[in-house]
Amino acid sequence: MNQEPFLTAQNVSHLFGEQQKVLANLSFGLPAGGFTALVGPSGVGKSTLVRLLAGLLRPSSGQIQYANNQPPSIGLMFQKDNLMPWRTAYENVRLPLEIQGVAEGVADTAVRQMLDLVGLNDFAQSYPAQLSGGMAQRVALARALVHRPSLLLLDEPFGALDALTRERMGQELLRIWAALPVTVFMVTHSIQEAVLLADEVMVMGGQPATIVARIQIALPRPRRIEMIGSKQFQECAGAVRLAIEEKVIG
Amino acid sequence: MTWLRRQPAWVTVSLSFGLLLLVWQLVVLVGAYDAFILPGPLDVVRQFGVVLVDGRLLRHSLITLSEVIPGLLIGAGISLPLGYLLAKSPLAERLISPYLIASQAIPVIAIAPLLTIWISSTFWARVLVAVLVVFFPVLINIIAGLRSVPQELYELMQSLHATRWQIFRKLEWPAALPIVLAGLKLGATLSVIGALVGEFVQPRTEGLGYLLITARYQFKTDLVFVVLFTLAGMALALYGLVTLAENRLLRWQKNQ
Ligand SMILES: Nc1ncnc2c1ncn2[C@@H]1O[C@H](COP(=O)(O)OP(=O)(O)O)[C@@H](O)[C@H]1O
Ligand SMILES: [Mg+2]
Repeated sequence: MNQEPFLTAQNVSHLFGEQQKVLANLSFGLPAGGFTALVGPSGVGKSTLVRLLAGLLRPSSGQIQYANNQPPSIGLMFQKDNLMPWRTAYENVRLPLEIQGVAEGVADTAVRQMLDLVGLNDFAQSYPAQLSGGMAQRVALARALVHRPSLLLLDEPFGALDALTRERMGQELLRIWAALPVTVFMVTHSIQEAVLLADEVMVMGGQPATIVARIQIALPRPRRIEMIGSKQFQECAGAVRLAIEEKVIG
Repeated sequence: MTWLRRQPAWVTVSLSFGLLLLVWQLVVLVGAYDAFILPGPLDVVRQFGVVLVDGRLLRHSLITLSEVIPGLLIGAGISLPLGYLLAKSPLAERLISPYLIASQAIPVIAIAPLLTIWISSTFWARVLVAVLVVFFPVLINIIAGLRSVPQELYELMQSLHATRWQIFRKLEWPAALPIVLAGLKLGATLSVIGALVGEFVQPRTEGLGYLLITARYQFKTDLVFVVLFTLAGMALALYGLVTLAENRLLRWQKNQ
């Protein structure tokens, strides 16, 4: 893995309005092609950070810098699938390419490849209402990746799924991440999910929020669900839990 | 009952309408009312035949329809950009919406005479009354439709650097369309009322409103009923047209 930072946040603070300071002096880097997870309690400012990284909000102070100084192309995915109910799965995945004005034939190939990658080729012509929650999230993931973004931002992407589907989606995400040159930043409520998927887990806490701990996860890849039982996994998960208990709750 | 539930809509509608006519005829027979107080369905059908054959019904209907349709189109046409403005701009909403809401407290029948004083063209005065009636409910639905778009979808579009037009075309318009069409259905029926109100305050020698007023003066109550049914039919037909458009435009809802 390439260790050169893809993105560097320097003293990033954010206020809503004049008074409400949500984020204070965040400084961190995301390694290019890496997988970083962010955990922290509800309302602490995780989604706000995602919006800052996506360029949807400007930081009140501080800077977010990118390698080669160009804002990256972004793939975005939320807890809700946010699919357009009037579009088929195929048409939903095609949306980013339509917006970028990609020629129809090229777009068609890219959409089919993406649907293939998430294993939904047979459901290309289905409408979102006809898909299960897991399938809808896979379509959303395909839509987030179809235009080959260099930064994939996931805000609690599997938070609404049942535990089994959630585990499968995690594995799926790892497989797709390995197949594409994309830097992943994922917000999650699950310590276990964060440790199993990421190279590094950042813990956010406080009011205004800061990054209170960064824990490297040295588990070997490919990561498998069975690893959850291993001693090394338990140590990593324990370290994250400890950081939360000492610095966020305590 | 289960047999009835299995029938297509046209069968159940015909049945209920037939039943209504039957009850109506019974009331007339039992009560022995004079025809000018309550004509029976047969009287009405006979009168319908008369005005159909002598061409009066068609002529007046077409004139009313020629006011209804521009009224509906112009009303909806104004609501669309105004609704977009109000949904998008809090400032515009603060400035304009108090007047819009206050205007709805004044019955159109009270403003209509003013309009006929200000506008010399009979036709346009009547169209304008229809516009006023159609405008507000369609506007409200357009605003509700635009407000129903999830914030996260806007963010998705922004993260892809979508233009304003792309956001409208690919997100706001299709997302708002079901609610807009529901408003248009309401508007379609209201436009008939609007045109009729316009004709009432300006009953020159044309339109179903004129026919209604003259029929009433002449105690031709059966003709009054003919006009009422024609108006209802007109509203139903317009409603049906919007429903037809709805079925085409919202085909995706069928697959749920
Ligand atoms: N657009 C906004 N305007 C004002 N306050 C906001 C806005 N978005 C989020 N907040 C506030 O910022 C804080 C952090 O929110 P958020 O980033 O959504 O937290 P998290 O994703 O960690 O649950 C919350 O107190 C929330 O109320
Ligand atoms: Mg959040």
